[in-house]
Amino acid sequence: MAESAEAMGEEGLGIAETSGTRMATVADHIFRNPVLGPLGALAVAVVAFSLFTDNFLSLDNASLILQQSVVVGTLALGQTVIILTGGIDLANGAIMVLGTLIVAKMASESAGSQIGALLIGVILCGFLGLISGLLVAKLGLPSFIVTLGMLTILQATSRLYTKETVLVGDGPLTLLSKGGYFLGQFKVTFGVVLVLVSVGVLHFALTRTAWGRHVYAVGDSPVAAKRTGINVHRVLISVYILAGVLYGLAAWQAFGRSPATSPNGFPTANLDTITAVVIGGTSLFGGRGTVVGSYLGALIVLVLQSGLTQAGIDPLFQNIVTGILVISAVALDTVTRKRAR
Amino acid sequence: MTETVLEARNIVKRYGHVTAIAGADFDLRGGEVLAVIGDNGAGKSSLIKVLSGDVIPDAGEVLLEGKVANFRSPHDAQLAGIETVYQDLAMAPALDIATNLFLGREIKRKGLLGTLLRMLDVKEMRKQSQRQLDDLGITTLQSITQPVDSLSGGQRQTVAVARAAAFGRKVVIMDEPTAALGVRETTSVLNLIKRITETGIPVVLISHDIPSVFEVADRIHIHRLGKRAAVVRPQDHSMNDVVGIMTGALAPPPLRNDTL
Repeated sequence: MAESAEAMGEEGLGIAETSGTRMATVADHIFRNPVLGPLGALAVAVVAFSLFTDNFLSLDNASLILQQSVVVGTLALGQTVIILTGGIDLANGAIMVLGTLIVAKMASESAGSQIGALLIGVILCGFLGLISGLLVAKLGLPSFIVTLGMLTILQATSRLYTKETVLVGDGPLTLLSKGGYFLGQFKVTFGVVLVLVSVGVLHFALTRTAWGRHVYAVGDSPVAAKRTGINVHRVLISVYILAGVLYGLAAWQAFGRSPATSPNGFPTANLDTITAVVIGGTSLFGGRGTVVGSYLGALIVLVLQSGLTQAGIDPLFQNIVTGILVISAVALDTVTRKRAR
Repeated sequence: MTETVLEARNIVKRYGHVTAIAGADFDLRGGEVLAVIGDNGAGKSSLIKVLSGDVIPDAGEVLLEGKVANFRSPHDAQLAGIETVYQDLAMAPALDIATNLFLGREIKRKGLLGTLLRMLDVKEMRKQSQRQLDDLGITTLQSITQPVDSLSGGQRQTVAVARAAAFGRKVVIMDEPTAALGVRETTSVLNLIKRITETGIPVVLISHDIPSVFEVADRIHIHRLGKRAAVVRPQDHSMNDVVGIMTGALAPPPLRNDTL
C-alpha cells in the first residue's frame, strides 16, 4: 500500500525536477510537492499503529483497509476534480446509490445482462453529473446549492424507486469485490486494482494534458482562464460528467460490499469524500491539489479507524481525530495561501 | 511614416442612456508606441475593449492591416494576432510561469499522444518560455517553474507582458501596466515596451502615468468625452498641455497629417 503510494509521490517529484534552471532547492521541491504531506501523515499513522497495537500490522488488515478504500476512494476522485475547479459536490453519494439501485434492479429483473445494466448505470451517473455541470457552468449557480438540490432530489428518488435492499447474484457486478489476486494471505481485489488504475489515469490526465491544465486554471482564476481563451463552460461541464462517471464506477465497486444496495446506503459519502480530499491536501478554494493526495486521504481515515479500533479506543474518538485532521488540513492550506499572496 | 496597422472608424457604443464611445477614431502605426490617455469616464477603456474584442460596438468598424476585422470575442482578436495585457494580468497564480505563458495555447506532443490525449509537451513549452524571456532581456525571474504567486507585482507584470509579446503577432495592448509598480519596476516595464516595438510590433499603452507616457510614447492619443480629441507628439507639447487637453482646460490642437 505504502509502496504504490510512494511510487506516485516520486512521479510527482519528477515533474518538478525537470526545471529549466534547476535553481530551486530541495526544500522548495518538498514544499511544492503536494503529495508528500498526506504521504507523510499516512506513514506516521501506519508506523505508530504498528508499534502500539499488536494486530494492526498484518497482511490481513492491510488488504482489508485497501478493500474498504475502494468506494470512498473512487467517489473522492470525482469530488477532487470538482473541488479543483472551485466547486463542491454534495450529491456524489446520492448519485452512486441511485446508480447501484438501478443497476441492481435491471440486473435482477433480466438475468444475464449484468454488464448491460452496469453500462447503463455508469451512463446514467454521467448524465446526472452533466445536469449539475450545466447548471453550474451555463447558469453560474453555486455548486454547493446545485448539488444540495440534487442530493435531496436523488435521495427521495431512490426511496421512491425502491424501499428495500436489492440483492444481485454473483457475476460481473460482484467481480470487483469478490475476484482478485491472492498473494498468500494478502488479497488484492479487482476493485483495489481498479481504484489504483483510476487514480493513475486521472493523475496523468490532470498533470500531463491540456485538459488538466485547464481544470487547474479554471479553479485558480476563472477570469484568467477565460481571458486566455480557455472555454471555461466546457471545462466545467467535462469535469462534472467525469465525476458522474467516476460515481458510476464507485457504484460498481459497491456491489458485494456492505452496506449493500439499499436506498439508505452511504448517507455520509459526500462528507467522507470531502474529508478525504481535504486531508489529501487539495484546497477547497480550487486550483490546487492532487487525486493521489485524495486517495491517500481516504486511506488515512481508514488507517485511523482501524488502528484506533485495534487499540481498543472508543470508536467515537475516531471521529474526533478525523475532525481535527480536517480542520488542521484546511488551516495549513489557508496559512500557506496567505503566505503565498 | 509607416502604414497603419490597427484602425477604428467612427465607433459608437451605448450602455442604456450612457454613451461610452461617441464616434471615436483610432489608428496605430507599425512599430510605434501609441499612448492612449484620458480622464476617468472618457471612454478609453471601452474603446480599448472594442479593439481587443471584449466589447462589440453598436456602430463603426475596426480594420486590421486595412481589412475589416470586427471581433466578436477576445479570442477572435487573439487569433488575429492582437494580445492584451489586462490590468488584473489574467494569470493563474498557483500555476508556474511557463504554464501561464502557454495557458490556453499549450504545445502538445507530436503524434497520437498529442492529438488524441492532448498530452502536453512540457519540455518544449519550458524551452520556448525561457527563450522568450531571454529574448526580451528579462533576467529578474529565477526559474520558469516558479509558481506565479511567488512573484512580486513587477515580476508578474513582466510575465504578462512576455506572454503578450510572444503571441501578439500584430499588436500588443497594455492596460495600465505601471499602475501598481514602484519606480524601478516601472522602468523595467517601459524598457520591455521599447523592446517589443524594436521587433516591429506596435504597442498601445493605456496609462494615467503621464511621465511614463512621455518617456516611451511616439504619439499620444488623447481621449475626451467619448472620442479622440487630439493626437500629439510628446516632443511638440508639454505635460501640462497634454493634461489641459485631456481635461478640457485647453482647446485641442487641430489634427495634423504628420501626427494622424
